[in-house]
Amino acid sequence: MQTAVAFSKVSRHFGQVRAVDGVDLEIGEGEFFAMLGPSGSGKTTCLRLIAGFEQPTFGHIEIFGETAEGVPPYRRNVNTVFQDYALFPHLSVADNVAYGPMIRGVPRAARMKAAEEALELVQLPGYGARQPGQLSGGQRQRVALARALVNKPKVLLLDEPLGALDLKLREQMQEELKTLQRSLGITFVFVTHDQGEALSMADRVAVFNHGRIMQVGAPEEIYRAPRSRFVADFVGSSNILPPEAVERFAGRKAWASLRPESIRLAATGGRAATVLGHSYLGAATRLTVDMDGQRLTVLLPAGADVPANGTRIEIEWKASDLHVMEDDT
Amino acid sequence: MTSPSHAILPGRGGMFGTLSDALWRNPRLLLFVMLAPPLLWLGVIYLGSLFALLAQSFFSIDEFSGLIRYEWTLKTYAELLRPSNLDIIARTVIMAVSVTLASAVIAFPIAYFAARYARGKWKALFYLGAMLPLWSSYLVKIYAWKLILAKEGILNWIFAKLHLTALLEAWLALPVIGGNSLSVSYTGTFLVFVYVWLPYMILPTQAALERVPESMLEASSDLGASPAQTFRHVLLPLALPGIIAGSIFTFSLTLGDYIIPQIIGSSRLFIGQAVYAHQGTAGNIPLAAAFTVVPIVIMGFYLWMAKRQGAFDAL
Repeated sequence: MQTAVAFSKVSRHFGQVRAVDGVDLEIGEGEFFAMLGPSGSGKTTCLRLIAGFEQPTFGHIEIFGETAEGVPPYRRNVNTVFQDYALFPHLSVADNVAYGPMIRGVPRAARMKAAEEALELVQLPGYGARQPGQLSGGQRQRVALARALVNKPKVLLLDEPLGALDLKLREQMQEELKTLQRSLGITFVFVTHDQGEALSMADRVAVFNHGRIMQVGAPEEIYRAPRSRFVADFVGSSNILPPEAVERFAGRKAWASLRPESIRLAATGGRAATVLGHSYLGAATRLTVDMDGQRLTVLLPAGADVPANGTRIEIEWKASDLHVMEDDT
Repeated sequence: MTSPSHAILPGRGGMFGTLSDALWRNPRLLLFVMLAPPLLWLGVIYLGSLFALLAQSFFSIDEFSGLIRYEWTLKTYAELLRPSNLDIIARTVIMAVSVTLASAVIAFPIAYFAARYARGKWKALFYLGAMLPLWSSYLVKIYAWKLILAKEGILNWIFAKLHLTALLEAWLALPVIGGNSLSVSYTGTFLVFVYVWLPYMILPTQAALERVPESMLEASSDLGASPAQTFRHVLLPLALPGIIAGSIFTFSLTLGDYIIPQIIGSSRLFIGQAVYAHQGTAGNIPLAAAFTVVPIVIMGFYLWMAKRQGAFDAL
């Protein structure tokens, strides 16, 4: 597999702020790659470094083996779907989509045909004559996608593409984007702060914090084996156990992560705990329990008996579910 | 202190209490009270005088007695269309167009800088710089320019120091736009017009550019457009409404001005000067009125074109 994008020791400083701080990264061709992190973690700056809107302060970026630093955005065969879509308000939907071909000098008839094909691809056939202002948020997003895809980019960058959509539409678009990426085979790099979105869509996820990559890996790997407290806490929710407690359970003095859904109520032989509170989530019920001064969150599947607040219960988990973390950050 | 025990408080009573309750219940009444005085002013004083002016232009002057004959006639308009008067109109319109184009070209980079890059203190400085010329007296500025452009003025001095006097003289030797010195040439009139009206072009252009999000320009670049192509296909079309709004000011102000061409320029008349001369010394009120109708008609046409370009969509 060829490397689509490679960062080596890339930093981007804005004055005193190190937005991106020594990032090493390799994204393979045809990969669906997610950059996940809280706001200000450097993930969007990384995306902008690939697009060419930002230049690295230090380090080296290659796109398909070619040096990218110093190359302006308009000379990169990389296209972006912007967070605010950035559709041109003075152009019709078709002219928006045909903007790239128009700039390249494709004759009008040919580029209109290409635009219509791209609109069909994003399931907006026949919308070409409309103005961007007449479209809903979801439709604008599709137009932005078509406008990028019509250029057949080597890498497609998506900046929080689904952030502005409501839940139902977001789930639908997640599926569509995945299908589209598989069928086109284009490398997708998308930025999100929504860990659920990153886990469900991406082949691989990079978790960012403070301008650095905390962990890169397949979604299951990130979720099951977070390397640091930050990743354990940011990706899904987790019970982070301090080294003193972990020493008792696992014999090693290090931080560990225990996912709420891997804790079960035990009939006998478990560890004693007291129920502090519970909230009903529909598909599950979340209990807050106290185990020897250690507060834990427990996720009970729907249908299970929910003990009342204040009850003494016993809990257990498989030893393999207690994940001891390598880093102590 | 007693806390109110009722959910609904009693009326405040008195004339003002009753009045504010009444106005709250009838928002239209409030609107009427607020709008009636200015509308009355606009309707009677402004539009009334405009129509009086229009009516005047359909009267004529008795050539022997110099008195106005109050009979409807198009004679005055026939007089307006004499070659010498058409010259005045053409001269003024060409000047207004040139001033507008030059202002647009000069204002754009300034407005672009202010909209894209200036923040905080720099932005305040920009507004101050753009508005400052508007705060000082118009006449003072024009006389200052007369000194700058005079033969013994600072501009000539600078050209001499740069050994470019020959260039300036070659320019002044050109027909029509040249003259004895800059202060008595059309070039001088043009420079002063551009200086005086420039703020009216900068501010609307800056407002329009401010509304163009950064991501729009990035998107264009992302889709392969060079900076020049982005300017041509995205920035200019999006800034055009602001530029047109600014051009309405520069164009109409140049069309109507009679002081600048009188102080700086050749002795050939502009529309404003013609109106001034005809209603004053010549006492030919009908022709003065007819002359006044010319910029009104031109502006009406211009505004109609601007509306079709969408210059007012953002208002």
